[in-house]
Amino acid sequence: MGRYVARRLLQMIPVFIGSTLLIFCMMYALPGDPVRAMMGDQAYDPAVVASIKKELGLDQPLLQQYVNYMTGLFQGDFGTQIASQRPIADIISDAFPVTIRLTIFSFTFVTVVGIGLGIVAGLRPDTLRDRGLLTLTLFLVSMPSFVLGFLLQYLLAFKWSVTTPTVTDSTDFSQLFLPATVLASLSLAYVARLTRTSIAENLRSDYIRTAVAKGLPRRRIVGVHLMRNSLIPVVTFLGIEIGSLMTGAIVTEGIFNVRGIGIEIYEALSRREGATVVGIASLMVVIYLVASLIVDLLYAVLDPRIRYA
Amino acid sequence: MRGAKSAKWVAGAIVVALAATACGGGGDDEGKSKGSGPAGYVSIDVGEPQKPLIPADTNESNGSYVIQSLFTQLLDFDSKGDIVYTNAESVTTDDSKTWTVKLKKGWKFHNGEEVTSKSYIDAWNWYANIKNNQQNSFWFQDIKGYDDVHPEKGDPKAETMSGLKAVDDHTFTIELKYTMPYFNYKLGYTTWAPLPKVFYDDPKAFGQKPVGNGPYKFEKWDHKKLIQVKAWDEYQGPNKAKNKGVQFKAYTTLEAAYKDVVSGNLDMIRQVGPTDLPKYKQDLGDGAIEQPYAAIQTLTPAFYSKTFKDIDPKVLQGLSMAIDRDTITKTVLNNTRTPAKGFTPPGVKGNQNLDTDVFTYNPTKAKQLIKEGGGVPGNKFTVQYNTDGGHKEWVTAVCESIRKATGVDCTGDPKPDFATDLEARDNDQVKGMYRGGWVADYPVNANFMKELYHTTAEANNGRFSNKEIDGLMNKADNAKSLDASVKAFQEVEKKLVEHMPAIPLWYYRINGGHGKNVDNVNVDFHGDLEVWAVTTK
Repeated sequence: MGRYVARRLLQMIPVFIGSTLLIFCMMYALPGDPVRAMMGDQAYDPAVVASIKKELGLDQPLLQQYVNYMTGLFQGDFGTQIASQRPIADIISDAFPVTIRLTIFSFTFVTVVGIGLGIVAGLRPDTLRDRGLLTLTLFLVSMPSFVLGFLLQYLLAFKWSVTTPTVTDSTDFSQLFLPATVLASLSLAYVARLTRTSIAENLRSDYIRTAVAKGLPRRRIVGVHLMRNSLIPVVTFLGIEIGSLMTGAIVTEGIFNVRGIGIEIYEALSRREGATVVGIASLMVVIYLVASLIVDLLYAVLDPRIRYA
Repeated sequence: MRGAKSAKWVAGAIVVALAATACGGGGDDEGKSKGSGPAGYVSIDVGEPQKPLIPADTNESNGSYVIQSLFTQLLDFDSKGDIVYTNAESVTTDDSKTWTVKLKKGWKFHNGEEVTSKSYIDAWNWYANIKNNQQNSFWFQDIKGYDDVHPEKGDPKAETMSGLKAVDDHTFTIELKYTMPYFNYKLGYTTWAPLPKVFYDDPKAFGQKPVGNGPYKFEKWDHKKLIQVKAWDEYQGPNKAKNKGVQFKAYTTLEAAYKDVVSGNLDMIRQVGPTDLPKYKQDLGDGAIEQPYAAIQTLTPAFYSKTFKDIDPKVLQGLSMAIDRDTITKTVLNNTRTPAKGFTPPGVKGNQNLDTDVFTYNPTKAKQLIKEGGGVPGNKFTVQYNTDGGHKEWVTAVCESIRKATGVDCTGDPKPDFATDLEARDNDQVKGMYRGGWVADYPVNANFMKELYHTTAEANNGRFSNKEIDGLMNKADNAKSLDASVKAFQEVEKKLVEHMPAIPLWYYRINGGHGKNVDNVNVDFHGDLEVWAVTTK
């Protein structure tokens, strides 16, 4: 187990370097010069543009810039944002907690409600409540998150005034409830359906029949025998979903004015702030990698037959 | 059986509990979030400034809003575009070349330091110095000695500009390289603000926590969320704050800001988004703002492109007459623009009624003029625009109008964002025309001609070049008085119609609004809401 984890961690290094280099190259390949764009469409002085670029090292060749960036990164320096001249580390540490809060909130929501609904429906497949759930989730899957976002915002904030239309304080969980629900809705539908199918299927399997035949109490059959096996595909999905929830927050963050990394990365992209984009993206890469490692380790917990060497 | 039931109840209970806490929280929240910020403060949807708050390093609207509240230059303009002296007692000249500035006495920075001639001269020298990389440094290029501190290449030869001399603590002179009758108008731009001594200790820290001489004192900058400034009691200018302070709140979308104005969480919005435009007057009632300001939108041909190289101006006049400005501004642009009738918008000095029908829709004459001029090469052209700025709709409409009226095929040439659009313009890669826009830096007609169509002008991205017009503009700059210069530029404008360096489309209008908690919201000449005059109810 320990060796497996160590090997996985070592594998992350080339993946990390490769992905950052890729993003770096992509940013470099995009047309448009960040320093020039900052000057806007009124008059400007080319000498100032050249001078700023020289100061930031943007006049150097791509590989040199990448090497400079990576050396800085290993010394804990994420670089400086071109326009605001603030350290990118500051910008990330401002925005990240917001998105993490939103993600944790909606992730908990997805897990608890999604699995709960899945169990409820899966234990009694093809009954009315099962079909009800299938219809509801179909509705959620086919609804783009911005439609749902605007709809809920309109109904809850304007029609019934139960909540504020936008998030003014991202530490306030009651304000985050609406964006988190919207963000969670799509994954919620998938999780519910996955759980439902998995449970319905395993319910008919031999080992459950054996357990029933042994006369085990229903609680134990469902809670231990059925759940453990049925949750493997769900956990796989949930692990990957952490990453998508974080990046997928872009639209939702926009609608509800949540100042997280979604907005940050969008703004940085349109201003060609290469260092900011790479900084945030590489953090996302790390989160993805760690999440998938945790998922793999959870397999062993759920299914003792799976062993790692 | 029993197991299933309990599972159902647990799941149900969780859903109910979640919903209950959330709703409860929402309900509690409602009470405290009405209104905006501390009592007597007003709030406006001004987003995060792009750059640190240094007057000469900002020319985008978010930053300049904040800088205008913290700093006061020598003079300002009223809604008609006339000079109002703020920090200056007077700015005078005899020959349009050497200007004498007299400062009002007793003015102080927020830290108690007195505002003197030195505060201005030192600041301007610092701004102009190439080593400090100030975005607006070129604003000082008319001053004698600018080339010493800001050479085109290499290090500066001097630390100060020879044209700036202090006579005493409250008088100084500015000597220009050439005559410029409207130079005093330039001084109204925020870039010309003075700096206190603390600035030079650590400009970087100052940019995050500026100390100015303006109507408001800096309080806090919560990045990407809010900048808060407090009214400064000792301010002596005519634009003394009538409220207790201002909160500049960042919103990610116009729609979100608009919703907050309607629900009372925000006091003012600078621009209503396209989706809310049709109903904003109904929603806001007296709070709806619709006012023109000094800005213009044009279609500018790239005179180096295959299509428009050596084009006969008659063709451009014809294309101009093929655009149904009235209908497009009314329908596609939701009445947010006023059809253009010349090259200068109303609200600037010297705006005139040109005696021409070039800006009036007339398909028959349009066709005839294009034919007389030899037609558009290939009978088609493109209009470059950036898709991130809401230009797609009107570009399509303008093209449709031209195609219908004249049969000339016109298509959009979209660039994904502003950065890409600018790069193509800078590198002379525009294939046909591009969408041009210009907001007044100072309210004089010269600003809409000299900076855009003079051969050497930086913003002349269409590379229009005409010796006769250059000569006329230079002559207008040499005029003895402001009035003479404005008149001379009016003559230039008449000439421009004959040469068509661009096709003016429409003037901008601001469509903003304010909520019920505030009053006295006015718009200045370049379309900014005057926050200092806003009163709370």
